[in-house]
Amino acid sequence: MRIRRLAFVAAALGATWAAAWGASAARAAETHVAVAANFTEAAREIAVAFKAGTGHDAVLSFGASGQFYAQIVQAAPFEVFLSADDERPRKLAEEGLGVASQRFTYAIGKLVLWSRSAGLVTGEETLREAKFDKLSIANPVGAPYGAAAIETMKKLGLHDALKPKIVEGASIAQAFQFVETGNAEVGLVALAQIVGKQGSRWLVPQSLYAPIRQDAILLKRGEGNPAALAFVAFLKGPQARAIVEKYGYALDGAP
Amino acid sequence: MQGLSPDVWIAVRLTLELALLTTALLLLLGTPLAWWLARSRVRWKEGVAAVVAMPLVLPPTVLGFYLLIALGPDGPGGAIAGLWGARTLAFSFAGLVIGSIVYSLPFVVQPIRNAFEAMGERPLEVAATLRASPAQAFWRVALPLARPGLITGAVLGFAHTVGEFGVVLMIGGAVPGKTKVLSVAIYDYVETSRWREAGLLSAGMVVFSFVVILATILLGRRAARAGS
Amino acid sequence: MGLIRARFAGRLGRFALDAAFEAPAAGVTGLFGPSGCGKTTVLRAIAGLNRLAGECRVGDETWQEVGRFVPAHRRAVGYVFQEPSLFAHLSVEGNLLFGAPKRWRGPSFEEIVDLLGLARLLGRGVEGLSGGERQRVAIGRALLSEPRLLLMDEPLSALDQQARAEILPFLERLARATALPMLYVTHDMREIERLADHLVLMQAGRVVASGPLADMQSDPDLPLAAAREAAVTLSARVAAADAGDGLMALAVGGARLLAPRVLAREGDALRLRIAAGDVSLALSRPADSTIVNSLPASIRSARVLNDSDMLAVLALDEAPGEARILARVTRRSWRELGLSEGRAVHAQVKGVSLQG
Repeated sequence: MRIRRLAFVAAALGATWAAAWGASAARAAETHVAVAANFTEAAREIAVAFKAGTGHDAVLSFGASGQFYAQIVQAAPFEVFLSADDERPRKLAEEGLGVASQRFTYAIGKLVLWSRSAGLVTGEETLREAKFDKLSIANPVGAPYGAAAIETMKKLGLHDALKPKIVEGASIAQAFQFVETGNAEVGLVALAQIVGKQGSRWLVPQSLYAPIRQDAILLKRGEGNPAALAFVAFLKGPQARAIVEKYGYALDGAP
Repeated sequence: MQGLSPDVWIAVRLTLELALLTTALLLLLGTPLAWWLARSRVRWKEGVAAVVAMPLVLPPTVLGFYLLIALGPDGPGGAIAGLWGARTLAFSFAGLVIGSIVYSLPFVVQPIRNAFEAMGERPLEVAATLRASPAQAFWRVALPLARPGLITGAVLGFAHTVGEFGVVLMIGGAVPGKTKVLSVAIYDYVETSRWREAGLLSAGMVVFSFVVILATILLGRRAARAGS
Repeated sequence: MGLIRARFAGRLGRFALDAAFEAPAAGVTGLFGPSGCGKTTVLRAIAGLNRLAGECRVGDETWQEVGRFVPAHRRAVGYVFQEPSLFAHLSVEGNLLFGAPKRWRGPSFEEIVDLLGLARLLGRGVEGLSGGERQRVAIGRALLSEPRLLLMDEPLSALDQQARAEILPFLERLARATALPMLYVTHDMREIERLADHLVLMQAGRVVASGPLADMQSDPDLPLAAAREAAVTLSARVAAADAGDGLMALAVGGARLLAPRVLAREGDALRLRIAAGDVSLALSRPADSTIVNSLPASIRSARVLNDSDMLAVLALDEAPGEARILARVTRRSWRELGLSEGRAVHAQVKGVSLQG
């Protein structure tokens, strides 16, 4: 008697759950997007706007671009990839994992010299005088912002002098963390990271480093998913571009 | 292993130095702590035991983040670094040692505490009736009898420090020869798609871990046999 | 001669411990009582291993009194635990020398090693030793720490019959060969009979009585005399090592007893045990009995043991100053022979066992 009643309750629960699941699946499609860590905040806002505009869900994963690349090669279930560079999307297209025609620059990163102390960073001379103990940058081989930081120092002829003071974060997020916690007094970080932050800054002129093109690519896995296609289209549209700019990035083709 | 760049070997050497120094300090620090945990009758000691065990469950990034703050200019680490004119203990070998000690502490303390508890009260009572002071009883009886636990603790502490990644990544700053240890180097290779180096070093780590774990098991069995 | 004086109070499981006794700081004092009566607790308190309220003095040294507690490692005791508790990381020699003073290289080491038969074990580890060997090493280790008082906590109870038989002679030799006072905890009266000179009787956390062994054994008011295995232990001298027919003659005071011959010389001191059940009474010296030992004695006291039996305490006429012996007789014989306190009788001793 008791067993039968239990079986009935279990069946009822199962049916309810299945109905709920089926309803949500039918309402809107979703797409899995891998997002370079530096683009985290902007991507979140874009996903909200995307949902409002299309009804689709963009499920975002944040991390280092190199790691995402390795995971995508190993068949990770991402459908769109917003890289921190242009190199990896290009390679994915070549390797047939990405759709070559759906590769584009969604943002151009801007490098900034930042300190959380007011007045410490005044301009180029801050790097020249080097009155600090540690300069934080992102890993130059792995992260485009790191490469841009090295390039800037070389252009200024300061690389050798500054080298002993450099500490590397594994990602631009970590490089930023070193400065934010005060362990490094200054850092060459992404402008996007310090939007709304206190302290002192110097926006490194674009002439000192090659543009940090952040490319997105539609992955082969997402080709058949309308939500993935919609997200790519949305990212190219004016609403998304406005958000990108707001977060301190330049746009492709913009001055 | 020709073809591996010299910075790989720098990283290997640094890793071994870090693990050896950390293990030595952990034994020095962990043994009295384990002794106290095993012998003290105060109630709040299990609270201390829980704090010691926290790194087992805390994500390394959480630990790393707290360490980054603690070692930095706003934390006690900065005050200590100030003694020799530095601002922070992060990005330094000393900072890595501190981080590794915190991170690997439970792996050293737990086996030693178990060994101290397993021997029971009796050997110490015998020592006392043979006129050994508590300190002499510790050195001449408790420590030698806890040897299997000390060895297990040392092996695990060493291995765990070698394999440590998250914490090092967060407080190290990847300064070659100072804080860029093996696991960070592997991460870099993965990050830059240098699969060959990453693969070789990873395989090395796998073999190393296997040897360490096997050695620990064998040591444990030998100790169990000797004890029976 | 000094005294061992102990008085302890505290809780002990279900009952309160409140035990006080005095014993001579010489010879072997047995601490006897049923399991759980607090003997071990008292012994541990004397060693300083348990901290109870009370006092403890050994000779002129005070180990504990109000406001003073000498820690265990500053008390010159040797302690032999029930289990040998050898240090597993040390060899036999390492164990033996653990508590020995640093300057130790005297002849005593050889002596003790000889006494306990440890010479051929010295270099070995402790794992391979038999139970008896382990306990001998533990005893030697305690002795080599130069104790002023040797405490033994049921050192035989964890051993099998064979190992007990192996160790008891060592303990007897030890008791006779050294001037070291010993407190010996046991719940086995046979060990007391073989080893102890003095007895402290404990029950439920209290000391019931204490005194010289023979006095305690023959005290009809104590439970010992009423027990089925009641016996007295007497000290005797060998009067004639060979009395013919495989017998030897022993003297207890002026009284003479014949016993099966053992290897001994005239004048040697021996302990002998006479069980109450082995003694019968006759009104005159029987001429036609198989019993060889018939001693004139007088009944000092008597009490009813149960429906059928009486216990009589006898004083030997030929050894007036010596200890009493016990006789267990039927109440019917008692009535039919018209026995009463003060009566002169002949004690017929059927069996005498030598305790070495």
